[in-house]
Amino acid sequence: MSAKNLKEVSTEYMLFEAKREEQFMTGSEAVREAIRRANVDMAIAYPITPQSESMHLIGDLYAEGYVKEYFRGENEFAVMSQVAGGAMAGVRMFTATCGPGTLRAFENFPMWAGARLPIVIGFMTRAINAPLSIQPDTIEMAMLMDTGMLMLHAENAQELYDMYLMSFSIAERTSVHIPVGIFVDGFFVTHTRQKVKVVTEDVKLKPYDPSMSPTPHIDMETPPFRYMKDPFVMKSNYVSYAAHASWQQECMASIERSRPFLKELLGSFIEQQNPDAPIQIIASGTAVSQSREAIKMAKEEGIEVGLIKVKTIRPFPAEEIRQALSKAEKIIVPEFNRVGWLAKEVASVIPNNDRMVQGPRVFGGMTMPPDVIVKVIKENALFGV
Amino acid sequence: MGAYQVLQGPEGYLPPAAAMQGVTLAGPGKAMIEGRHVEKQEAIECIAEKLLGATVPTFFPGPLVLWRTTDYAQERGKLIREISAEVGAKVIPMPDYRPKYPMINPEVEINPNHPNLTIWFNKIDVGVFIGVHCHQANLALKIIRGGTSCFTVALCAEEGHEEANVSLRETDNDTLRKLLATVKDLKKRRA
Repeated sequence: MSAKNLKEVSTEYMLFEAKREEQFMTGSEAVREAIRRANVDMAIAYPITPQSESMHLIGDLYAEGYVKEYFRGENEFAVMSQVAGGAMAGVRMFTATCGPGTLRAFENFPMWAGARLPIVIGFMTRAINAPLSIQPDTIEMAMLMDTGMLMLHAENAQELYDMYLMSFSIAERTSVHIPVGIFVDGFFVTHTRQKVKVVTEDVKLKPYDPSMSPTPHIDMETPPFRYMKDPFVMKSNYVSYAAHASWQQECMASIERSRPFLKELLGSFIEQQNPDAPIQIIASGTAVSQSREAIKMAKEEGIEVGLIKVKTIRPFPAEEIRQALSKAEKIIVPEFNRVGWLAKEVASVIPNNDRMVQGPRVFGGMTMPPDVIVKVIKENALFGV
Repeated sequence: MGAYQVLQGPEGYLPPAAAMQGVTLAGPGKAMIEGRHVEKQEAIECIAEKLLGATVPTFFPGPLVLWRTTDYAQERGKLIREISAEVGAKVIPMPDYRPKYPMINPEVEINPNHPNLTIWFNKIDVGVFIGVHCHQANLALKIIRGGTSCFTVALCAEEGHEEANVSLRETDNDTLRKLLATVKDLKKRRA
């Protein structure tokens, strides 16, 4: 199939109506297949494991003509700055990073949100140094929570593929228009092969229309052409502080406005299994898959356990989680990081959070065998219930 | 706690963003009054009443009106002038968004980073935003709501504004014509 003469379709058509075929591919290849159909104008890369494979594959898409412009930056900070430049000029941008690369580029992420740039970025999460590690760990998600970007957490390659395809239209909506980060647990998903239903290659998403941006994009042909986001900090007066505060509030408001559009495309912010069980596990990413196995094992031993899968971290589905956990007697939160960011988020939105069990947690690249979760279930099981 | 209402100010030192208080944008074909979703015609009638009842009604056309040269944009400009003339409103442009303090002349333009100056200086009691980029409009509307008693109206070409007291969405030239007709009709009935 040639990159030319592809039919432009809506996100809804792409997700819910277009023909699909099942393929066996890695998570990184799923990223490539999503971006192949996303009508991306420009992708900028700086390789860091395990993101390196995904961005290499996007380079292949450039060679095949599916991405209009592609180059490698000097480092992650440069890449994220260059991506911002492209978005300010009104083109559809894509990049990816992870772990130490995320931290090196960090200053750019709140800047992206503050400049209302609809950038889609992949985070194939990995451990933060030191000691040096290139292994899976979701700790960078804790650090990105208040940067003003939307955060979706994929459990598997299929979800990763679909989340990329839906993210552009959400990021580019006038009332939202902020960056979207698609998170996936590095290696566990990026480097393993799974069955993924991909849309046939004859379609691509409609292009981005920057004329609908909530801020002026750089356009030397149309006044006001000056990029008018001058920093307020140059002025020390009440007005500059009030304007800056209101600007920050507006970015947070944009996250709230994304809820109906996200819900329409995702179907729901959370998914539930065994909602009436007295013990509930709440998890995101691959911790969900491990929890499913643990729940099966617990059932064999006569213990009923429920599962709440969280798909969006920002916006955080507080009300949905509050309702889903309203009858839970014990709440277990397995996580692939040391700090327990999901447990903290859940604890902040539910009543009686002494019901929560902090963990189990693994990090630094460790796997989480289901029996580690089963052990915690058993410790908290209310036998006879 | 009751539902948050986007009421005429002054609300206080740093009002919250309405969206963070649970106010959602109205869907296609609908509009908003004080954060409530209403029929578009109801909001148009509310705007007409507010404009005709105001002492110093003022239109603030932004760059999306001022700098466009298409026939459609020119017609839009003429409609704004017509409505303004019909209700006796001032027109104060917002040509760009640079933070121009403290040198702004509030008599001749409004700056989104400190709209209070213009409102206070001109004693504006009803302000209508049109053609202002959505981010900048929300910023200014919230600052006005926080610090002044000006009643704000957003005639948005996109999805509308929670920060305005009354907000229309997808405000095309037909909608402006409806507003003009509603104003004329209301004036006639009042006469």
